[in-house]
Amino acid sequence: MSLYSQKVIDHFANPRNVGTMENPDGVGEVGNITCGDIMRIYIKVDENERISDIKFQTFGCGAAVATSSITTEMVKGMTLDEAMKVTNKDVADALDGLPPVKMHCSNLAAEALQAAIKDYRERVSDNS
Amino acid sequence: MRSVYLDHAATTPVHPEVIAAMLRYFNPLYGNASSVHSFGRDARMAIDNAREIVAKAMGAQPNEIFFTSGGTESDNIAIIGTALARQAKGRHIITTAIEHHAVLNACAYLEKQGFEVTYLPVDAYGLVNPSDVNAAIRPDTILISIGHANNEVGTIQPLAEIGAIAKAHKVLLHTDAVQSFGSIPVDVNDLQVDLLSLSGHKIYGPKGIGALYVRRGARPQAIQFGGGQERKLRPGTENVPGIVGLAKAVELAMQEREERNEHISRLRDKLIAGLLTVPEVTLNGHPEQRLPGNVNISVKYVEGESLILSLDLKGIAVSSGSACTSGSLDPSHVLTAMGLSHEEAHGSLRLTLGRDNTEADIDYVLEVFPEIVDRLRAMSPLYNKLDREE
Repeated sequence: MSLYSQKVIDHFANPRNVGTMENPDGVGEVGNITCGDIMRIYIKVDENERISDIKFQTFGCGAAVATSSITTEMVKGMTLDEAMKVTNKDVADALDGLPPVKMHCSNLAAEALQAAIKDYRERVSDNS
Repeated sequence: MRSVYLDHAATTPVHPEVIAAMLRYFNPLYGNASSVHSFGRDARMAIDNAREIVAKAMGAQPNEIFFTSGGTESDNIAIIGTALARQAKGRHIITTAIEHHAVLNACAYLEKQGFEVTYLPVDAYGLVNPSDVNAAIRPDTILISIGHANNEVGTIQPLAEIGAIAKAHKVLLHTDAVQSFGSIPVDVNDLQVDLLSLSGHKIYGPKGIGALYVRRGARPQAIQFGGGQERKLRPGTENVPGIVGLAKAVELAMQEREERNEHISRLRDKLIAGLLTVPEVTLNGHPEQRLPGNVNISVKYVEGESLILSLDLKGIAVSSGSACTSGSLDPSHVLTAMGLSHEEAHGSLRLTLGRDNTEADIDYVLEVFPEIVDRLRAMSPLYNKLDREE
């Protein structure tokens, strides 16, 4: 096992915003079982296009859980445009870094969020 | 917080008697065994004595024991050295898909040098079928290398049967006995092996010391070059404290083995029974033909490293065959060779017991394990997916 920062351990041991959501406005899922990490993010979007609520579920290692958790914390209250700009690197930096081996495989939370926002936008355009 | 070490297949604590035996050979008995003076003679005597102890423990002759830096070096000398020594006879080697990387990567190196390697499959328990070995032998086969007991799932191979096949075909048989030696009976004549690797730190000895048994007439070519130590098969100044420590660890293992195994396997059975009461937890490896201290399970819907980390936060040290712990994107080659799905392999957990573990250790693990699994499953998108489909 790689060496994790205290922040990673904290988010792993006490994940923020973990769970599912009733009637989400958008859902994004990335990863696959072959590589061992799957992340799903649910969002609620208010009338000002801000993320009013967010939940995640993750199958994966400590880094996968921690990146999911801190991403939800970072973007809650952001506008969708702001949230779209969050990168995997921003997430890793917010955790005081990740072991190099984890940078690729377990650092997918920003992508899961972007997928959720895309899903929301597709739903809106389908309804308009 | 309570601290429970359940990773004895990775390494073991050094036995206090081993440490005591070693200390003198750092100082004042620090001589180089190649020196002619009394300091050198003391070191030489200690090495000779150690060689006898290690040889006796496996039914070998002292001049068939070569001290090395550990299991990896022993495996490398056995495989690469035999290939070099016998390449005029043939360039084909047989091994299995579940060997330790010290064997697999030595074979991979030989493949790059033009040797051919057959990787035998294993069944769902991790067992090699001796008739597969028989069928794989060709006129140009020079070596068979099959681990005695697997380091991940603890499955013990029918090595004596394989040994008889190898002997009948006059093909050398090497076994990596790093996990089995000192734990279960290992006799080179019963098993009919020609080369055998062992390591000190898996049997309450120090790290950085191991040995290779070489049957008379089966000598590999040296792959390191230097002085005349270990009859030129493994040159370099002898690690005298390590050699003394290894011998002491072997001696203790022989004396205490039955007592240790009774204790360890009782705790193991209790641990397995308790872990399997958690829904959708399955045992990997053979139910009976397994090392006394090995437990390997798959926990569905949960990833192994997050299990390790959660248990670590509770003071419990274990390991996993998850990709996250292997440093690559692929989960354990052993578990996938046994036919486990990627999900099952990613969700695997290895708990290996040792002589210092107590009943209270097991009770503690069984107390915290279900809560950890519940918490991680509640987090897992795979677990919910299933709920929804039902």
